[in-house]
Amino acid sequence: MTSAITAPRFDPWRTHAVRVARKTPEVPGVFTCDLAIQEATVASTYRFAPGQFNMLYIPGLGEIAISICDDPQSRGSVAHTIRIAGNVTHALSELAVGSTLGLRGPFGVGWPIDEYRGRDLVLVAGGIGLAPLRPLICHLLAHRQEFGEIHLIMGAREPSGLLYSAEYSAWQDGGLNVYPTVDRGDDSWPGHIGMVTAILDRLPLCRPAETVMMSCGPETMMWYAAQIAIDRGVRPESVYVSLERNMNCAIGLCGHCQFGPQFLCKDGPIFSYNRVASIMKVADL
Amino acid sequence: MLAEGLDTLIRALAEDGFQVVGPTIDQQAIVYGEIKATSDLPRGWTDLQEAGTYRLQRREDEAYFGYVVGSHSWKKYLFPPVTLVASADLGENGWRMQTPEPDPVKYAFLGVRACELAAIRIQDQVFLGGPFVDPTYEARRSRAFIVAVNCTQAAPTCFCTSMNTGPRCDSDFDLALTETSSGFLIEIGTDAGQVIAALLPVRPANSTEIDQAEIARQRAADQITRRLDTDGLRDLLMNNLRHPHWEEIAQRCLSCTNCTMVCPTCFCSSVSEVPDLTGEHVDRERHWDSCFNLDFSNMNGSPTRNSISSRYRQWMTHKLATWHDQFGSSGCVGCGRCITWCPVGIDLTREVVALRDTTGNDLSRLSDSNAESAEANR
Repeated sequence: MTSAITAPRFDPWRTHAVRVARKTPEVPGVFTCDLAIQEATVASTYRFAPGQFNMLYIPGLGEIAISICDDPQSRGSVAHTIRIAGNVTHALSELAVGSTLGLRGPFGVGWPIDEYRGRDLVLVAGGIGLAPLRPLICHLLAHRQEFGEIHLIMGAREPSGLLYSAEYSAWQDGGLNVYPTVDRGDDSWPGHIGMVTAILDRLPLCRPAETVMMSCGPETMMWYAAQIAIDRGVRPESVYVSLERNMNCAIGLCGHCQFGPQFLCKDGPIFSYNRVASIMKVADL
Repeated sequence: MLAEGLDTLIRALAEDGFQVVGPTIDQQAIVYGEIKATSDLPRGWTDLQEAGTYRLQRREDEAYFGYVVGSHSWKKYLFPPVTLVASADLGENGWRMQTPEPDPVKYAFLGVRACELAAIRIQDQVFLGGPFVDPTYEARRSRAFIVAVNCTQAAPTCFCTSMNTGPRCDSDFDLALTETSSGFLIEIGTDAGQVIAALLPVRPANSTEIDQAEIARQRAADQITRRLDTDGLRDLLMNNLRHPHWEEIAQRCLSCTNCTMVCPTCFCSSVSEVPDLTGEHVDRERHWDSCFNLDFSNMNGSPTRNSISSRYRQWMTHKLATWHDQFGSSGCVGCGRCITWCPVGIDLTREVVALRDTTGNDLSRLSDSNAESAEANR
């Protein structure tokens, strides 16, 4: 009766039925699940921006936030690369092709790529952190001429842990400088050994002040990568990180994903390093 | 309006389709529940409050609203402790998910204090002010009728004057009452309030009655002794995330979640899966949760905030600091509930003073044990 009367809006709890269209084993403990939205009207209008995530829901078990790893131009199904970590991801790994589950989304703020046309880009991924960058990579390959140099550094513990390694040569051919690196090589590994930050340290940056870095991986990795990039002349406001916290509602109403002043689900998960630098190294925040 | 008019008000609201809820006595406390008549109200009772203490006591008069605030707040009606947000059913074509139509319940809140009006404004920002709107809150809030009641006394735990939220009800009510020894002074806040007021046995107040009400309201303001210095508070807290005092508080805090349950603005929640026995129908129930619960910050199998100090810090910095960034105001209305209902009597106003007094590198004013441990950590 007092203020606050608003017109009905879309229901943020609305969950779409989706079917497992394809399952692809990736690296050990990680698989990709292509999900087809069942309702035709929803499927035909579903769009997402690189860096956004969906809430995947198994009735009776619960819901989890999973980044979308698909090409934003792809239609028909939405791919999610999932690391088996808890109950829901374990159950997802056991779903047969054809099974149904729920999907809410997309949620979150994506990579701010449109702001940086004409710039040089450095993408830094650690482990499963390459998954949320993959839609961005697809976008960059499709719009290659709009950007300057593009470097892509990805790290894993060992060669068998490098995500999407079958695609690297296509990415290289598409005009990206791809630098996979591993902590521990093996007899067949011809590439870099060491952390992503070691590569970043000696990457040829022609115009660092015009270079943008976007990273996703363990927080410590992203923090060190940011330090190196800034030391090398990249502007702090041009450094982006993708953060992770417990998410429950995905719409900024449940309080779980707070990180200082930010709600990761609606303000992020991607942030300018500037915005989070002062709290990234505070323990247990 | 004479005191007898209250029954007319309750009846008029009920006849208009409202479920009237207000103060009533249950389990030796004044809580909010269904009100069918004035006989349900805590007439002649008051509450004695201090850090960690709440007791009911007989008043010397027969005032209906002669208490301050109890453990309940109106959030239990607008943001219910348990809400069905969605459900899933397994059919021939697999799982199908539905969201329920919001319950069309119309509440009339009787006895909303100024700090509680402020709390509702704050939760409006949380649930209605952002890019996503909570359907349950929106449905209940848009239909609610608010009868505010000005405080005529304050508890030692009250500090609304520090938060600029009271004690006077200035806006955001349909009707506002001030109780005096001769009856009630009524202010009309909205057209809906006007419609209800027209049904009441009222007459224009004379200047004596207006003065009487003013004196009664001023009494509450004069009784407020607790202060929270909000000057630079956001930066004080955010610049002291590593302050040793968080650990000192953690030595006392039980992480019991009481402060968050009684807080009229705390909004943390979690969704639970509630399957039926067949497993083919699942309700998704949202229930109040708390940043003091260990599993609240669980990620990939372990909690982000493992220590009580990190959880208390999350609560206090959210309430008094980052709330400003998120919603444009403090998350605290100065109602004092978290002080009263803390089983060990932790008082956030005193913790802020302790943080303020020991800010920077000057640890000399910390308690001895704390200063020692800070020293040992160097």
